[in-house]
Amino acid sequence: MRGKFTYLVLAVIMAAGSLTAGHALAGETIKVGILHSLSGTMAISETTLKDTMLMLIDEQNKKGGLLGKKLEAVVVDPASDWPLFAEKARELITKDKVAAVFGCWTSVSRKSVLPVFEELNSLLFYPVQYEGEESSRNVFYTGAAPNQQAIPAVDYLMNELGVKRWVLAGTDYVYPRTTNKILAAYLKAKGVADKDIMINYTPFGHSDWQSIVAKIKKFGSAGKKTAVVSTINGDANVPFYKELGNQGITADTIPVIAFSVGEEELSGIDTKPLVGHLAAWNYFMSVDSEVNEAFIDSWHKFIKNDKRVTNDPMEAHYIGFNMWVKAVEKAGTTDPAAVQKAIIGVTVPNLSGGYSAMMPNHHITKPVLIGEIQDDGQFEVVWQTPGLVAGDAWSDYLPGSKDLISDWRTPLACGNFNVKTGKCSGKK
Amino acid sequence: MIILRYLKKDTGGMITLSLLALITVIVPICNLLVPETSGLHVSTFTMTLLGKYLCYGLLAIAVDLVWGYLGILSLGHGAFFALGGYAMGMYLMRQIGSRGVYGNPLLPDFMVFLNWQHLPWFWHGFQWFWFAMLMVILVPGLLAAIFGWFAFRSRVTGVYLSIMTQALTYALLLAFYRNEMGFGGNNGLTDFKDILGFSLQTDATRAGLFIASALALGFGYLSCLYITRSRLGKLCTAIRDQEDRVRFIGYRVENIKLWIFTFSAILAGIAGALYVPQVGIINPNEFSPLASIEMVVWVAVGGRATLYGAVAGALLVNYAKSYLTVAMPDAWLFALGSLFVLVTLLLPRGITGLLRKKEASR
Amino acid sequence: MILLSSRWRSCLLCFLTIMSLVSFGVAPCPASEDTTLFEQGAHQLVHGNFRQKEAAIAKINATNDPRAEKLLRALLGGKLYRVKKDNNLVYITKKGSRVSITDVLSGKELGTVKKRTLKKITINNKLRSKLREELALLALRSPDPDKRLAAVNKLMSSLSPESAKILEKLITTETNSKVRQGLLTARAIANLRDTDDAKRLQALTELQGNLNPAVKNELTRLLGEEKNKDVRQKAEAVLSSIESKIAFYGLVEKIFFGLSLGSVLVLAAIGLAITFGVIGVINMAHGELIMLGAYTTYVIQQLMPNSIGLALLLAIPAAFVISGLAGILIERTVIRFLYGRPLETLLATFGISLILQQSVRTIFSPLNRSVATPAWMSGSLQLNPVLSLTINRLTILVFALLVFAGLYMLLKKSSLGLQVRAVAQNRSMARAMGIRAAKVDALTFGLGSGIAGIAGVALSQLTNVGPNLGQSYIIDSFMVVVFGGVGNLWGTLVGGLTLGVANKFLEPWTGAVLAKILILVFIILFIQKRPQGLFPQKGRAGAAS
Repeated sequence: MRGKFTYLVLAVIMAAGSLTAGHALAGETIKVGILHSLSGTMAISETTLKDTMLMLIDEQNKKGGLLGKKLEAVVVDPASDWPLFAEKARELITKDKVAAVFGCWTSVSRKSVLPVFEELNSLLFYPVQYEGEESSRNVFYTGAAPNQQAIPAVDYLMNELGVKRWVLAGTDYVYPRTTNKILAAYLKAKGVADKDIMINYTPFGHSDWQSIVAKIKKFGSAGKKTAVVSTINGDANVPFYKELGNQGITADTIPVIAFSVGEEELSGIDTKPLVGHLAAWNYFMSVDSEVNEAFIDSWHKFIKNDKRVTNDPMEAHYIGFNMWVKAVEKAGTTDPAAVQKAIIGVTVPNLSGGYSAMMPNHHITKPVLIGEIQDDGQFEVVWQTPGLVAGDAWSDYLPGSKDLISDWRTPLACGNFNVKTGKCSGKK
Repeated sequence: MIILRYLKKDTGGMITLSLLALITVIVPICNLLVPETSGLHVSTFTMTLLGKYLCYGLLAIAVDLVWGYLGILSLGHGAFFALGGYAMGMYLMRQIGSRGVYGNPLLPDFMVFLNWQHLPWFWHGFQWFWFAMLMVILVPGLLAAIFGWFAFRSRVTGVYLSIMTQALTYALLLAFYRNEMGFGGNNGLTDFKDILGFSLQTDATRAGLFIASALALGFGYLSCLYITRSRLGKLCTAIRDQEDRVRFIGYRVENIKLWIFTFSAILAGIAGALYVPQVGIINPNEFSPLASIEMVVWVAVGGRATLYGAVAGALLVNYAKSYLTVAMPDAWLFALGSLFVLVTLLLPRGITGLLRKKEASR
Repeated sequence: MILLSSRWRSCLLCFLTIMSLVSFGVAPCPASEDTTLFEQGAHQLVHGNFRQKEAAIAKINATNDPRAEKLLRALLGGKLYRVKKDNNLVYITKKGSRVSITDVLSGKELGTVKKRTLKKITINNKLRSKLREELALLALRSPDPDKRLAAVNKLMSSLSPESAKILEKLITTETNSKVRQGLLTARAIANLRDTDDAKRLQALTELQGNLNPAVKNELTRLLGEEKNKDVRQKAEAVLSSIESKIAFYGLVEKIFFGLSLGSVLVLAAIGLAITFGVIGVINMAHGELIMLGAYTTYVIQQLMPNSIGLALLLAIPAAFVISGLAGILIERTVIRFLYGRPLETLLATFGISLILQQSVRTIFSPLNRSVATPAWMSGSLQLNPVLSLTINRLTILVFALLVFAGLYMLLKKSSLGLQVRAVAQNRSMARAMGIRAAKVDALTFGLGSGIAGIAGVALSQLTNVGPNLGQSYIIDSFMVVVFGGVGNLWGTLVGGLTLGVANKFLEPWTGAVLAKILILVFIILFIQKRPQGLFPQKGRAGAAS
């Protein structure tokens, strides 16, 4: 009996000791949370972003860390399970005490963690193109808003290719729904008739595209130049493009411009039948700049595979991470409130050879590039906005949000200020 | 009183309920009253996590009631759980009122976003808590009753029934993914502000929800215990083991099945309703067939046909999931998968079966 | 089609004088300034934007410089680059990781360099289709009739007076009947715009029942502006007859789509019909066995990158063996301990499916893998202008039927099949007759799993090859088996094809999602009416609960 008690005491002392040791260690490093799914349906896209973050943190540490401390990555797996995202976010912030979190891919995962970040006042850098209609004090949107992707893309098709008839095809969730609403309003404002717009939604992971592609083909045979604007998500793209190729729809008959198909998605497709189809992003791996070449080199070295591609969300993390680093250096602390203040206006190089700045609405400025798919799975840039486009949190083409603006600088400090009523709704 | 008598014979249940009572008291106190610096402090994170596990525990009891005691392997209990969750979520959405980002007093944000002008008819009434609670019970209950009425009357049994329940939840999954349904599509319902006037962001409300989950689990446990030990329960076991004989003796098997199945669905609905305010989101993923299979696995791991085993299984598997997704993010599926295989192979009566065996040999 | 200045056109033709059969408007080709113009054009290609490039192409094409054709073809084929250092224009040919380059202006070989030192001269869709349109004019004189037909169709869809004239002249010399038919259609379409009423009526008679989409568009246009009553009436009659024909072919197409979807369901489900139906095991890892087959295809294609068609054929037996062995392994290590407890097999195999998924994620990365489609499986079979059947779907439909027939014969005619059926019907009696039931179980499970692997080979041609492949088919497979009747192969075949066709007929009315929901609800209700499915059969699974 006595022996057992001694063991117990020893165990308690050891546990306490390890706890304090843990604290001492935590004091020496700055922890950075990485919240990307490593299993489940989203692992296909998000695993790469986890690796990107590990590389960026590793490089920063080689440069001497941040504020004289080393950075330490805390990786968790929310397993493509949306409530688990919220749970893991809370764990990262309260248990691991991370200074900032880089993560999420789908809108629903962002929506799930949003209340957690607001309650605990921490920082989330969200690297994926999304539907807009959101601006949180605690989230920095480094991916494209609809005006940084969809509208320039449609402009390109209309002006450069003379497209007169439009198919808006998307997966049935909030990003395509919103983007297509915005685009339909935009096209109508440009004088496109209702009968020249066809809108089609399909479920996630839709794999049988025969009838829809046949319908598109029929729609496109009416004698006017037709294009497909695709907001089809992830896994559904491969069977979609395969069906396009097999039914003989090529880029010069009916071009398809996609907003969710990047280099990584193409690496799972045989692209020879797809040459000439388009995508709109803010970055392509083929972009010709010194900084991009360096980035690709270090990525290949880090991942130990020189066949791996880079893509737009990776660039978004690159920009977001460097912005955070710069803001922390500027503020002299990792305290979220101070970083929030310091980061607005921070400008860092992007990978396409220019600079991106954090706007007061927590979105960033980016160039918009249109690329055509090549037979090697890469894109060639065929058009580019002359300058940078600032991300617009609230679309001007949606009736509910055209009066809203976002500005997180001190006098206003509101993510959804209604200029008509002069009120900031939802503010406590 | 009869319950106490039943409980005396259920050692595992006694232990489970005592532990439950203990944490119901201690966890909120340690969270709210013990200062954060103290070693005894229970963080809000741990408390909500425990609250979530308790909801899963209740859900596991519901699954065990139909599987362990009635022999119906339901692969669609996630549907009842999610429907209860959605009913609660709709109440919470209506509570946001004009505090949404668009400031619309009537329509939830996602409807404004999709340019909807009117509140769909099925959203009316959810501004009242009592109505929402009624729906938490009615919607899963009715669905189970209708489904069961069809299925049990035409004597669909065994694997067929399992696959049909799976089809049910799969159809609901696809339906709720549709934005036109008016339940927020893939994003589901989020960004809740308060419940019954209490802010969901405060620790006191969380403690309240935690206590409510614990009480619901306790109540669910006792009511299932009552059912399984009563005459009805004996009949259930008889149906599980020899359905035809029970029918030949003259019992209306389909009625018994229908009642138990519906009750189980209601329990699952209540679990869902308590789950949603604690995790802060409800979305169609809860309907996914895989989620429902996972629920069955909890029961199998814990020990089928023992109520405390179901609770233990739910807690254990979910704790393992929470722990492994951090400790070995790349490989946790290996661990989870092996756990399922090993338990079904080596411990057909679950982990609690192992304990019982020891007890018996002693 | 945008026809370019007549000067360009005539020069293009003169660039073809040798093979040109009909010559018209041959302008004298200036030779003296060509070299400088060509070099100017090349310069513009390097430095210009797309509009300037368009001008440059015109300029280069107009020169009749012997280097022009090669340059433009290289431009279209993406083989034209500039050297980053000195902006010289070069052609490239791949040499492993490096490329060898040839100077455009001098034609000199410049050795091999790293690709990164070069920059591609890009073109966009607009330039590409312009280049192609010019090629269509060239192709009108191609010796290959298919190419001529394609060119005629391309020109027909946007007929201009000039191209109509070119096409009309070709009618007399054309020998191939199909191409000639196309040329006649083009002439009739051109005549629809004629001011002479009789000519328009005559053209309408010629176009009766013509399914070419250009005809339908032209008739719709004509009805919008036609004044003459007779012509109007006739045009309406012709259009409605065309439309009813199109509707008929639409129905045929829909049935084909349905059968094709159904054949995929049958392929995915038929292995399950064996494991679930014959030996009563609910194999949740079935989807992952399909996935293994798809990955096998990927690996074999990686091993023999130069003959992907052969690799695909080899993948069929390979996938059968690999998935089959995996199945036997699962059966020997896990499932055989669980016979008589069908619901427990569900849990164990669910665990196995998680392990298999994570294994491929670890081995092949979570990214999708690209499986190439061999040339003989791509494209479509054009039956008429409005009905074409995609060849990959057709192949898979036939393949599914072959697999079904093979399996059916195996179970009905071979001694293994006899044993399998015996064990399924009465296990103890079969054992009493000296059948080694345990061995038969293992082989049956292996057979079902192997078929799943074969399904994976077919699916790799249609969809993603990734860790989630299996999950997306498992529920559908169960539905097919249950709907068709457990333990009956015919049930699976008829059930799968029926569900496929029903789905495709519902889809236009309800959209893809609702169609699927309705099918599920239908199955749920159907099973209440006929709990044993379409084709009930007695067996172990039938009695198990």
